[in-house]
Amino acid sequence: MLLNREDVEKLCLLSRLEITQEEMEDVSAKLSDIVNMVKQLQAAETTGVLPMAHPLDQAQRMREDTATEKDHHEKYQQNASLVERDLYLVPKVID
Amino acid sequence: MHDATIAHLAQSLKDRKVSSKELTKHFLDRISRLDTGLNSFITVCEEEALAQADSADERLATGDVTPLTGIPIAHKDIFCTEGVKTSCGSRILDNFISPYDATVVAKLKAAGAVMLGKTNMDEFAMGSSNETSFYGVVHNPWDTTRVPGGSSGGSAAAVAAQLVSGATGTDTGGSIRQPAALTGITGLKPTYGRVSRYGMVAFASSLDQAGTLTRTAEDSALMLQVMAGADERDSTSLPATVPDFSKAQKSAWENITIGVPDNFFDDSLDTKNAQLVKEALSVFEKLGARIKDIHLKHIHLSVPVYYVVAPAEASSNLSRFDGVRFGHRAEHAENLTELYMKTRGEGFGSEVKRRILTGTYVLSAGYYDAYYLQAQKVRQLISQDFAEAFKTVDVIAGPTTPTPAFRIGQKTDDPIQMYLNDMYTIGAPLAGLPALSMPCGFINNLPVGLQLIGPHLSEEKLFKAGYYYQQETDWHNFVPSGYEA
Repeated sequence: MLLNREDVEKLCLLSRLEITQEEMEDVSAKLSDIVNMVKQLQAAETTGVLPMAHPLDQAQRMREDTATEKDHHEKYQQNASLVERDLYLVPKVID
Repeated sequence: MHDATIAHLAQSLKDRKVSSKELTKHFLDRISRLDTGLNSFITVCEEEALAQADSADERLATGDVTPLTGIPIAHKDIFCTEGVKTSCGSRILDNFISPYDATVVAKLKAAGAVMLGKTNMDEFAMGSSNETSFYGVVHNPWDTTRVPGGSSGGSAAAVAAQLVSGATGTDTGGSIRQPAALTGITGLKPTYGRVSRYGMVAFASSLDQAGTLTRTAEDSALMLQVMAGADERDSTSLPATVPDFSKAQKSAWENITIGVPDNFFDDSLDTKNAQLVKEALSVFEKLGARIKDIHLKHIHLSVPVYYVVAPAEASSNLSRFDGVRFGHRAEHAENLTELYMKTRGEGFGSEVKRRILTGTYVLSAGYYDAYYLQAQKVRQLISQDFAEAFKTVDVIAGPTTPTPAFRIGQKTDDPIQMYLNDMYTIGAPLAGLPALSMPCGFINNLPVGLQLIGPHLSEEKLFKAGYYYQQETDWHNFVPSGYEA
């Protein structure tokens, strides 16, 4: 297989994504198949070709740096699992 | 009345032959009777729909109407709807009540359309069979042992079974056109940027585009008219003028040249499917169109390009699901990394995990140039091939899918086989082109689609070709058995 258990574990950490030990073999096998499939791109002749940035060649539009939205934090925080004094709570980060 | 098109219903509403409330009740009743066998809805909004129907009826009485005032529609559950669950087919958003409306939703609401509910879909729009939804598989009304296609499979099944007059969908690699083809309806993916992506849960931002699933090209034009236009909340929406699609669609026929790529008629294409597409092309020839053989040199690389670019963008877009600000949150996490990993491990299904990991792989140090950059270069070549072809042809035609609908479970264990379903639809989004799929016949009582691809911002051309084709044929009038009454 193109990607072994260690490779997948590293990708999982980078992606902040837990997969179970039972899932591991299946994930490695299928990821290897996908990487194998997309590998055929490497044979394409692309010397001097510019990578596509936008399908219609548009550039990002600029606007004045002024606030256009109102503060909706109370409404938005209704979707959060843990909020205290308008702050989102997470496990302890700093000892 | 469920068998009428949006265009017909709009006339009946305007003439006060039927009220929006009657229509809404009728469709809600159909959903409650018939959707148990299809699973095309995640959420049905009975109360809200009836209230919207009342407002539409008041508006109809004043005469201040649009063609969509009072028309029952449904939204793919990828569009944010204020006060209504917006799950994107995922466990991670199972508890998410959107605090605002997507621009598409707001525009259809302002036009007076009535939202019956939110339709089922592949999780985060990642899938070609509607089998990856947290809310279960959607069944194809033409044969409930088969898939309806995906990812807008719920919208497609609901329109095909006449549970709703029209629905919104999104298309990243074929997610509107492929399910439209497999359920015998008309699906439009507009030009990239024609419709605002604001409030549409992002999968692959350089490809995602909102569009329509309707019975006819005429209805699609009516819906797109409302949905299209620049939006200051989406910097990738195009500042182009929105033409009068219905007027353009019904204008006098002009002889067009239709390019037919030999690459779309390869060994993967079912021979009967090929024959039906050729018969559809002969309908255009009778109308006076010229058929020209063309070749798209790099289109065979569109599937591998897509499976680098789309997962790469998805791995970045889906990093926002962290269990902190909204959505599912895992319990008993000791630290922040563990909270993220557990939340995402529990919240995402296997196909979404696969795409995030693929995306992370192709973007990681040492692989970026070989995969992501190379894919963006080949994407440029694919786009250039289309641009070259459009110098001599007005539209490009071919099949939408290689085969009719396959059986539920048939391809779930082999992602590559599943991905190849989109081999004819992926090219258009890679190049940002608009494309329309409409029914062109049946194989063993299963519908298949004809796909028309046009140059950027040429939706009028596609609508016109679709409208004239549907004047000459009646494939769009067939209804799956069990859903007529």
